[in-house]
Amino acid sequence: MILVSEKTKVLVQGITGRQGKFHTRLMLDYGTKIVAGVTPGKGGEMVHGVPVYDSVEEALSEHEVDASVIFVPAPFAKDAVVEAIDNSIDFLVVITEHIPIHDVAQMKRIAEIEGSRFIGPNTPGIISPGRAKLGIMPHRIFKQGEVGVVSRSGTLTYEVVDSMTKHGIGQTTVLGIGGDPIVGTNFIDVLEMFEEDRETRAVVLIGEIGGKAEEEASSFIKDEMSKPVVAYIAGRTAPPGKRMGHAGAIISGGIGTAESKIKALKKAGVSVAEFPWEVGRILSEII
Amino acid sequence: MKLHEYQAKEIFAREGIPVPMGRIARNPREAFEISREIGSEVVLKAQVLVGGRGKAGGILFSSLEEVEEKSRKIFSTEIKGERPELILVEERLNSVKEFYLGITFDRSRGRPVVMTSSEGGVEIEEVARRSPEKITWVEVDPLKGIYPYMIRKLSRPFPKEVRKEAHEIIAKLYEIFVKYDAELAEINPLIYDGKKLVAADAVLNINDDSLFRQNFKREEEGIEGIASREGFSYVTLDGEIAIIGNGAGLTMATLDAVEMEGGKAANFLDIGGGVPPEGMKKALEIVYMNEKAKLVLVNVFGGINRCDEIAQGIRMFFEERGGKLDKPLVVRLTGTNEEEGRRILEEIGIEVYKDLREAVKSAVRRVKNDTSL
Repeated sequence: MILVSEKTKVLVQGITGRQGKFHTRLMLDYGTKIVAGVTPGKGGEMVHGVPVYDSVEEALSEHEVDASVIFVPAPFAKDAVVEAIDNSIDFLVVITEHIPIHDVAQMKRIAEIEGSRFIGPNTPGIISPGRAKLGIMPHRIFKQGEVGVVSRSGTLTYEVVDSMTKHGIGQTTVLGIGGDPIVGTNFIDVLEMFEEDRETRAVVLIGEIGGKAEEEASSFIKDEMSKPVVAYIAGRTAPPGKRMGHAGAIISGGIGTAESKIKALKKAGVSVAEFPWEVGRILSEII
Repeated sequence: MKLHEYQAKEIFAREGIPVPMGRIARNPREAFEISREIGSEVVLKAQVLVGGRGKAGGILFSSLEEVEEKSRKIFSTEIKGERPELILVEERLNSVKEFYLGITFDRSRGRPVVMTSSEGGVEIEEVARRSPEKITWVEVDPLKGIYPYMIRKLSRPFPKEVRKEAHEIIAKLYEIFVKYDAELAEINPLIYDGKKLVAADAVLNINDDSLFRQNFKREEEGIEGIASREGFSYVTLDGEIAIIGNGAGLTMATLDAVEMEGGKAANFLDIGGGVPPEGMKKALEIVYMNEKAKLVLVNVFGGINRCDEIAQGIRMFFEERGGKLDKPLVVRLTGTNEEEGRRILEEIGIEVYKDLREAVKSAVRRVKNDTSL
């Protein structure tokens, strides 16, 4: 298990919005320890029994917090992230989609300087099955177990996890790094954590076209990892120059093809599934 | 959002980057008028957003006598499926040497990268492959911005006489990159005419997620435009199985699975998350517009989306068409409120698959076997 556990005390920024409110309920139901929420101007309200504050500073004066889940709308998301970081929260889950790329670049740099980590933007979040969920995933498909999952996509992760769970293979932690071109935490950061995590016996990497993150992950797997890795890459049939839904999913200037990623992964000894539903079967053969 | 060359050049001119003398023409007559004002040889450039327009006949040099004829030719040339509505008419520059200047993001590092090269006029990716030592580049900290010492390094490939101008152009392009929320700002070629530097071409791609704070109007047409106004991501493809999915990765995976089972996708349509029944109905209307498509495959893994709402949308569409669909519909639904979704669809006689593999196989089989489809 990495980054989140049943002990993680959670703040929700943007808790009074439609998504924030809805998913606070589901996270609480799952057992996540949500201690406070923040929405500027809504201090004093309660959301599903969770007290709401006007600022992170005020929330922290009353509660101890280990992590923040951010549902704040894109135009204000950078402000929310910096507010959390400036208040020394060192793990953030940025669910918000469509944050301007220049804002994300600055957020990433600020997090680096201040020693905080964020996952996302545009992530379904992170779940350690049976312990805690900081995000928006449908929890029923998950099962506690021994395989770590890291992905650039939301619903595709559900498809793969579903196939794992149906084969009786559970997960230590499942984490979405986000579908944007620039993300706070990349594949390698997460692979490193899974490699070190004692509970995790194997890792699933779910990638897609665009950028070079999977190729970079491949060299890390080859050089630094002892645990078996199974991968699936989406977008084999995507035409070049077209953005396939995610801001980051685009083949441009010959960079970012599924072919190149699959080749790099196979060279690093990774078993690459042809279809998402095969991941469960492949894992059951190797662990 | 890609800007047209002339739009990018308007911004460059406003911000102080030298561009060739010229204006936009809507027809051959206007092209002639502009050429007469310029009074020398001109270059006619089709304003299309696809790459490789030069090779496709979208860029022609012309004397005043030939302008009308040549611009007529460009207006009637289809460039990778796009027919130009505007031609940029510009003075023909005397090129002594061509340079490259570009700014984009390094995705892994999350920082802007500025590149210059003495090998202008060709694609920078090609230079990077062939002779990477000919590219000078610096990485910029997005919090600190660009500093003169970086620009001095980037100016090195330029001739001494214009190094000061190069310095200014690099600084201004970086300013534009930030001010206009660009993902890519590129001048290729940046022409040295023996006296000064001029931006012969201009590429400016604005980050879609920043449009709320920028002053650009998106002008998407056709099905892709309709889909984007609904908040969907849509890409036209040339197969026969129309696809609606939720989430980019899952929708891509559905396309891949269809192709690996022997079919071919007619489109990519990602409805995204939290779609109400009306949204699902709209998505169906969009893919049913595609005449090439013979069958529609819906794949929804409910998370934020609720299967019952998706099913309600399908039912609304079905009932609006009087219960008759001119293209068969294969539906795969699983996840949040799956049972209710299934019940709604079974009531109107639509079979629901739980398993993606079976849904894909069934869709491909039906398109292949049934020649009457």
